Amino acid sequence: MTQMKIRNLDDLRKLRESSRDLSSARSGGGTVVIVGMGTCGIAAGAREILSEVMAELARRNIGDVAVQTTGCIGMCQDEPLLDVIRGGQRVTYGRVKPEDVPNIIAEHVVNGRVVEKLAIGRAD
Amino acid sequence: MPIYRSHILVCGGTGCVSSGARDVTECLRNTIRDRGLSDEVLVVPTGCHGMCEMGPILVVYPEGTFYCRVQKTDVAEIVEEHIYKGRPVQRLMYSGSEEMPFIPHYKEIPFYGKQHRIALANCGYINPDNIEEYIARGGYEALGKALSSMTTAQVIDEVKTSGLRGRGGGGFPTGLKWSFCASAKGDKKYVICNADEGDPGAFMDRSILEGDPHSIIEGMMLGAYAMGADEGYIYCRAEYPLAIQRLKTAMAQAEGYGLLGENIMDSGFSFTLHIKEGAGAFVCGEETALMASIEGRRGMPRPRPPFPANSGLWGCPTNINNVETWANVPQIIRNGGAWYASMGTEKSKGTKVFALTGKIKHTGLVEVPMGITLREIIFDIGGGILDDKKFKAVQIGGPSGGCLTEDHLDTPVSYESLTALGAIMGSGGLVVMDETTCMVDVAKFFLEFTQKESCGKCVPCREGTKHMLLLLEKITEGKGTMEDLDTLEGLAHMVKDMSLCGLGQTAPNPVLTTLRYFRDEYVAHIRDQKCPAGACAALLEYRIIQEACKKCGICARNCPVKCIPGDRNSGYLIETDRCIRCGTCFEKCPFGAIEKK
Repeated sequence: MTQMKIRNLDDLRKLRESSRDLSSARSGGGTVVIVGMGTCGIAAGAREILSEVMAELARRNIGDVAVQTTGCIGMCQDEPLLDVIRGGQRVTYGRVKPEDVPNIIAEHVVNGRVVEKLAIGRAD
Repeated sequence: MPIYRSHILVCGGTGCVSSGARDVTECLRNTIRDRGLSDEVLVVPTGCHGMCEMGPILVVYPEGTFYCRVQKTDVAEIVEEHIYKGRPVQRLMYSGSEEMPFIPHYKEIPFYGKQHRIALANCGYINPDNIEEYIARGGYEALGKALSSMTTAQVIDEVKTSGLRGRGGGGFPTGLKWSFCASAKGDKKYVICNADEGDPGAFMDRSILEGDPHSIIEGMMLGAYAMGADEGYIYCRAEYPLAIQRLKTAMAQAEGYGLLGENIMDSGFSFTLHIKEGAGAFVCGEETALMASIEGRRGMPRPRPPFPANSGLWGCPTNINNVETWANVPQIIRNGGAWYASMGTEKSKGTKVFALTGKIKHTGLVEVPMGITLREIIFDIGGGILDDKKFKAVQIGGPSGGCLTEDHLDTPVSYESLTALGAIMGSGGLVVMDETTCMVDVAKFFLEFTQKESCGKCVPCREGTKHMLLLLEKITEGKGTMEDLDTLEGLAHMVKDMSLCGLGQTAPNPVLTTLRYFRDEYVAHIRDQKCPAGACAALLEYRIIQEACKKCGICARNCPVKCIPGDRNSGYLIETDRCIRCGTCFEKCPFGAIEKK
C-alpha cells in the first residue's frame, strides 16, 4: 500500500483538517439539528427527514453540525418536526417534507436565516 | 470521508474488556447494521475512561450521554430508544445522590468534575488504534513544531520551564535529567520508556499505553530529538498484552506516515523504536536493572554512579522516563512550559494520575492537579468508602509508599508533603482501607510482596526484608514480644539506609509508617493478644452466645474440623483449642448467635 508521507508541518495540518470529522461529532458546541423521532414522527415520515438531513450535510461536506433525535414533544399533528439550534436560538419547523430539508440547511444552518414559511415556533 | 451523526464510544480498556466490553461492541455493531443505521452511527472502541468499576462504559455523542455497566442485553434498547428515537435510556445512566437520581452527562458526574486531564486527555476519547484520530486532536504537532522551529536546547528549556518531575515515583526534574544526557559525550544515545508498572493496585501506565499510545511515541521522539538520541526502547511487562498490541499498531501507523523512522518530516532527525517485553520482575522498574534486562542479562541493579545519563544502555548515554512523564511532554511542547507550570503547587507542577483501589466506591483512574487534598480525591471524586464504613487509612505509593491516616486527609498532595509524612508519591497507587483492615496485616502484605520481589543482590534487602517479614508474621500470630517491635523498627531503618536500590530503600516504608501512625495496633496484637480490626485469624476467638442460640446444630454440622460438640437438647459449645478459625460457623448461623472477638 502506498501511503501519503508527512514531510512537514503543513502536511500534518492538512491531515488534521481532513481527519477533523472523525471526532467532530464528539466535540459539540456548534449548530444542532434535532429530528423528532417519536412514534408520531416516524409515522409521519421522520426517518426520511433524518436520512435527508444526513445526505444533505454529506453533499455539502458539513461536519461540524450535531444531528440528534428526540422523542415526542406533544405536537403530533405537526410532525415531522425538525429543530435547528443556532446562535443560542431554537427554531422548530413543522410538517417538514424531505424536499424542504436542503432549503432549511442552506438558509438556516449555513446562512443563519430562518425559513419563515415552515417555522412554527421559536425559543431564545 | 463519511459524516456520522452519532458516535458511540465503547471503552476498550482492560477493566471494561474484562467486564464484557468486547461482546457489547460486537453486539452494538450488529444491531446498528440490522437497524439500517450503519451509515449514520459510528462505533468507536476507546481506551480507559477511568471509572472502571462502572464498566463496560459507553458514551453516546453528540449528546455525551454516559451509560454504565452496559451488557449485551441492553444494546437493543439503547439503539432503538436512544439512537433511533432520541430517548436516552435512564436506567443505564450513572445514578448519583437522591436529589440527582440519574446523571446523563459525562461532565456532570462528580467523579469527573474535579479532574483535570492532560496525560489522560485522549484516553476514552479517541480510538487508540487510529492515528488519524490522534492527529485530529493535534497529535504530532509538537514534534512538527520542535523539528521545524526549535533547537534541541529550546526543547529542554521548555521542559525545564514546565517544572515537570518524574512521574514514576522519584520526582526528579525531567528537564534537568534531559540536560545531563544531552551534554553527555557519545555518538550513540538511547531513550527508554519505563512501562514496568508493578505495584499492586496501580494501572495508570497501562491505561495510558492502551488509551493513547501515540502520546508516548511522540513524547519519546521529542526527548530523543532534544538529547541527540536516535533509538528508543519501551520496556513493558508481558502481562500487558493489550498495551503491547496497541503500541505495535501505533508504531506501524506512525511509520506508515513517515512520522517514525528515517529522516522524519525531512528534518534529518531519525528515530527507531523497539518494544522490550519484560517478564514482570518488580525490580526491573529500577533503571539499572531495567537496562540490564534489555541487554539480555539478569535484571539486577548496579550501584550508581555512573548514572545512565553518562553510561546507560550498552554503556551509552541513556535517558529513562516513566510512561506518564513521557505522555505529558507533547502537550508541554505544544502549549508551552509556562502553561503546564500554571497548574499545581510551587514545587510540584501540573497534574498527577492516581489509581484508586481498595475499599472505595469508585475504583478507577483519576487525573488531578497537584496540590489537591487526599480528602477531595477519596471522598469527592472517589465517592467515599464502600458500604459507608469509616475511613481508616490510605496507602499511597504502593509497596514503596506509606500509610496515611485521617489526620493527613487535608494535606495538599505534592512530592514534598508526602515525603515529609513518610509516604511517597510513587507511581500514584492509592489503596484505601476501612475500619475492618488491620494495619499490621497491611504492612505484612506489602512486605511479602517486596520480599518476594527482592532480587537478592544486596544483603540488607535480601536478608533484612525476610527477617522483617518473619517478625510481622510472629506478631500477627500473637507470638510477638515488645522487644520484637524495637528489632523490627531497627531493621527497617537499616534496610532503608543500606540497600543498593530503590526497592530495598523504600520497602520498609509501609512498616515504618504503620509503626508511626498505628503503633497501638501493633501493641494490641502483642500485649492484649487481640487484632482490633478482627482481621488476623490467629488472634480471633469464636464463641456461641448461649442466650441467642436456638440449638439448631447448623454450626456443628458445617464445622470442617468437628470442634462444636453438643446436641439439640443441651446446646453447643466451640472447643477453642481445636478451632481453626475458618469462620464457617459464623457465616452459617441463621440467628447471629456466634460472635468473633
